[in-house]
Amino acid sequence: MAEALLNTLDPGAIVLGVKASSDEEVIRILAARLEGLGYVKPSYADAVVAREAALPTGLPLGGANNVAVPHTDPHHVIKPGLALATLAEPVLFSNMEDPDEKLPVSVVFVMALNDKDKQVEMLQEIAGTIQSPEIIAALIAAKSAEDVLGLLG
Amino acid sequence: MAKQKTVLFACGTGIATSTVVAHAVEEALKDRGIRINTRQCKATEVAGQIDDVDLVVSTTQLPKDLGKPVITTLAFLTGIGKADALDKIEAALRD
Repeated sequence: MAEALLNTLDPGAIVLGVKASSDEEVIRILAARLEGLGYVKPSYADAVVAREAALPTGLPLGGANNVAVPHTDPHHVIKPGLALATLAEPVLFSNMEDPDEKLPVSVVFVMALNDKDKQVEMLQEIAGTIQSPEIIAALIAAKSAEDVLGLLG
Repeated sequence: MAKQKTVLFACGTGIATSTVVAHAVEEALKDRGIRINTRQCKATEVAGQIDDVDLVVSTTQLPKDLGKPVITTLAFLTGIGKADALDKIEAALRD
């Protein structure tokens, strides 16, 4: 059970089948949800976009479905929250380990974090989710926020 | 018994990915009978944090010639190549 992840993922910040042409567009869609729901300050979106450009968060999973986990410094965050998007068509994010390599990404977790010691469990559950090709494939196929919550529960 | 070694975990913000990696490595090494001290920082802060560490494990590219062994890996986030990465870390700590 990914309890900490479920407690942090706001159903209002789950956006399925996003049509976007850039990593920045995806980040801004999810950051706007987190801001509207009171998780982050207005400065958050720009900060995540800037960080993604300098220190990208694309994670290569060895197949066609890769994941990105954009986030930024705690002072842009009001309370911990998590937003999730699945993308209608993969969008290119840069590889965390090698920014020159572009990865087609299908699932994006935008994380609002302010206390790593309290959020470690949630972070570990995200890593666990990322490490399950079955869950990632099912997330991409999910039709509703309830589907997503069911998969992660 | 050898002195417990210190591993510095670095990532972009020093909060998310390095937290996951530090916990994963600490637990996995414990299973191999090795205890480590862990510390975390941003990739940009590594140069100023490196004096008393034995090894740096990073998820992102670091400046070259830091004077300490550096292992850059996403294995503890993606699950791909985890055993391999652990072997490298263990070897670096046994030196």
